[in-house]
Amino acid sequence: MEVIINGKSEQVSDGISVSKLLEHLKIKPVAVAVELNLEIVPKSDYNKRTLKMGDKLEIISFVGGG
Amino acid sequence: MNTEQYSRHIRLPGFGTEGQKKIESARVLVVGAGGLGSPAITYLAGAGVGLLGITDDDTVELSNLPRQILHTSDNVDQPKITSAEQRVRQLNSAVKVKTYPQRLKAENVLTVIKDFDIIIDGSDNFATKFLLNDACVIGGKPLVHGGVLRYNGQVMTIVPNQKSRSACYRCIFPEPPQAGTVPNCSEAGILNTVAGVIGLIQATEAIKFIINVGDLLINRLLVFDALSMNFRTIEIKPDATCPACGKNPRIKTLSDLKEIECKG
Repeated sequence: MEVIINGKSEQVSDGISVSKLLEHLKIKPVAVAVELNLEIVPKSDYNKRTLKMGDKLEIISFVGGG
Repeated sequence: MNTEQYSRHIRLPGFGTEGQKKIESARVLVVGAGGLGSPAITYLAGAGVGLLGITDDDTVELSNLPRQILHTSDNVDQPKITSAEQRVRQLNSAVKVKTYPQRLKAENVLTVIKDFDIIIDGSDNFATKFLLNDACVIGGKPLVHGGVLRYNGQVMTIVPNQKSRSACYRCIFPEPPQAGTVPNCSEAGILNTVAGVIGLIQATEAIKFIINVGDLLINRLLVFDALSMNFRTIEIKPDATCPACGKNPRIKTLSDLKEIECKG
């Protein structure tokens, strides 16, 4: 199914969870915030929160330098 | 006011002599005279900001020079605050400078920010970034958050206590990253121009706030990727459960976080 990740259309498995998606993208959950349809997903919900077709995700990295 | 010096600003729509007057009576605090602080301080000095506060407790290192343009090779091993102040005086003697040769901590941050109209976060570590966010929410001070790493940067403007809510940094990241989970600049590197771009976007937000033009990065996180050369703005909703700015905030008093450095 198609979802929008960081502004780009991507194909992902049907009903994939946020944690599986991050695993698939080789992104450490501790290093990012995930916004799903304009709501930040609490880290404790990454396992149970699943995606639907057309969902809009933003994976936001910690960027702490100056 | 020297109308010739600032003529290119004064002739801008929405700026004018009124805008220049506001700039000259504005008090801007720049936290950190490093990769973000250097361009921000340089251009705010050029614009003729009335009072520039600068905090930094570091000394200049050789590896700072590519992006920390306030400092030169002559300043290596000297306090950054000294070369930053010297540079501002050279650029614009009309700008008053107040220096704070200290790291912002829970015990001093509210006292320091109290004397300023807007704060620019040019710090290089999450402990300071989260502390500043919380202090600005508690103290009701506008904050322009910024961060850089590798080829990437982020900016968000937070204006607490306005009628429509303004999301804060903790609305995105409720808690700081655990030590060791996020690379720092000395490990991961930073492209010098990325720090320049992000620091100048922060200064631009401060100028817009002062003269009250345009749309600030309120409830929007600007993300910059120099490799794809894309700027995107991610809409951020104020979080009712945010530990700093939510309805029942957990953070009512400030405390120091363990240092999670991203050393420039």
